[in-house]
Amino acid sequence: MMDKTVYIANGAGFSGDRFDAAVPLVARLASCSGPRYLMFEVLAERTIAIAQIAKEKDPASGYSPYLENYLRPILADAQKHQIKIISNMGAANPAAAARHVHKLAKEMGLAPFKIAILKGDDVTPYLDRQAIMEAETMEGTSLAGRTLSAANAYLGGDAVAEVLKTGADIVLVGRTTDSALVLGPLIHEFGWSESELDKLAAGTICGHLLECGAQVTGAYFADPDFKDVPDLAEVGFPLAEVQSDGQFVITKAEGTGGCVTKATVTEQLLYEMHDPSCYLVPDVSADVSAMRLSEDGPDRIAVSGIKGHKRPDKLKVTVCIDGGYMAEAEMSYAGLNAFKRARLAGEVVLKRMRAKGHNGDIRMDILGAYSVLDGGKAERIEGKNLPFDSDYRVRLALVCGDRQTAQLLCDELGHLYCSGPAGGGGYRASVTEQMASASILLDRELIAPHIQAEVISHD
Amino acid sequence: MTNSEIMRLPLHAIAHGRAGDKGNVSNISLIAYLPEAYDFIASEVSEKKVEALFAHLGAGAVKRYELPNLQAFNFVIQDALDGGVNASRSLDRHGKTLSFILLSKMILDIPRNLVPENSPYLNPDFNWQ
Repeated sequence: MMDKTVYIANGAGFSGDRFDAAVPLVARLASCSGPRYLMFEVLAERTIAIAQIAKEKDPASGYSPYLENYLRPILADAQKHQIKIISNMGAANPAAAARHVHKLAKEMGLAPFKIAILKGDDVTPYLDRQAIMEAETMEGTSLAGRTLSAANAYLGGDAVAEVLKTGADIVLVGRTTDSALVLGPLIHEFGWSESELDKLAAGTICGHLLECGAQVTGAYFADPDFKDVPDLAEVGFPLAEVQSDGQFVITKAEGTGGCVTKATVTEQLLYEMHDPSCYLVPDVSADVSAMRLSEDGPDRIAVSGIKGHKRPDKLKVTVCIDGGYMAEAEMSYAGLNAFKRARLAGEVVLKRMRAKGHNGDIRMDILGAYSVLDGGKAERIEGKNLPFDSDYRVRLALVCGDRQTAQLLCDELGHLYCSGPAGGGGYRASVTEQMASASILLDRELIAPHIQAEVISHD
Repeated sequence: MTNSEIMRLPLHAIAHGRAGDKGNVSNISLIAYLPEAYDFIASEVSEKKVEALFAHLGAGAVKRYELPNLQAFNFVIQDALDGGVNASRSLDRHGKTLSFILLSKMILDIPRNLVPENSPYLNPDFNWQ
């Protein structure tokens, strides 16, 4: 049998990613022969909890609000060129997402797609909520007494491959590891077995490199004059060409901006990775400590030398709980002596909050003097020569349990429009509801029987 | 000027990196521009020094992983994110900007030949301070 190449492109790396990024990728995939996949990764940890809450209010919702934005520009061409689409846009309600895609296809005058979903990541229908809330968390935080909004297991590439066995053109899932959206198609196409650990590890790392979209093709990389990136405004999203032995090339569509170099690939490889010798996913423990990168033409990096070790016995489940409120309030001061005026504004608010009994942990930054890199610590400016004539912005922030306190902090800074130091302007404030999360580890056997694929037919 | 000349420069002159978050743990990659700089970074950028750079954030232990094949290091920094993305009061709740603490605030005596040839740091008129 001839060795085939599997082509996998990624058109979105997070829920707010560009809606048209997949268009050049589809054109590129159309010119390849062999199995072709287009993925969209849009599901952050808290996104699924927000979706779960939406679904409880309306059973027909609970999936990515951007589903049409991502699919409409490429759906016709994907069908024409038999490019399979795979995405976690299903969030808390993959079946409803599938019905939406059927409706969209009909509206666009396309033939019906075969759409399949993955079920079982949401553990709340089959596990005792009490037991979930009493489980020991990986972070060491206690969940007792909190309100559970979602609990989803990270499913693996093996589960995604099961969905592809249905012959679906479009696969919609909820919570899987992001890399499973790549490993699943590779297991399906190459028939990799559970014991082929090096290959499973290579497929996982391929997924890890693709999952953040353009972060591997020169985006989130540019540092002008030190690390220049061509045409960042039109940065191309990534595509992998994978062989059956697990070796692969990372590249991007021709005619797009950005670049694929050893440096861009290395930055993305280590992004959100801890021990490079054991990157854990449900299918394998991947080891990149002896990984090699080599140049394979312009904007093409070949990846090899990835090892795999035994998969973990337990699966990670992310539990989302209510998390109180965050208050943020800012005001600008500019010109001569602006730093002292900004600092006085912040001190006035802190004093008034204390007088009202709020000794909570309010953080004060003065943007332009000390902020993110200083942890909001005023002492970090000691010994520094701050410009006397400049532009500073005081910022107060608090995370607390009740909305009233959060709102009070915002209002107290707002009052300084009339009652604060000279020349304050540009007040902005917000109170946002927080979602907190923690991870627990559960035995595979508790979850495995509930993992299943389902084809959602069109009406 | 000779190649053995020593220049007092930030790590930014010889390496780049990216920060990622998981819970309250930050990981920061550090990648040498030139392969020759790998050994220098290995001997100069210790876990203890990185720990000191992040102490003001309340950060705890730092673990350094070495990837010589990729001329890279990975620093895993505990408790660096004010409780993590869901609890932090920082403007940057993911700590995405933190790679620039490591690149900007670690000042070293660096042999000139470890700085890339086209680097602005080699321009005598370039003022980075």
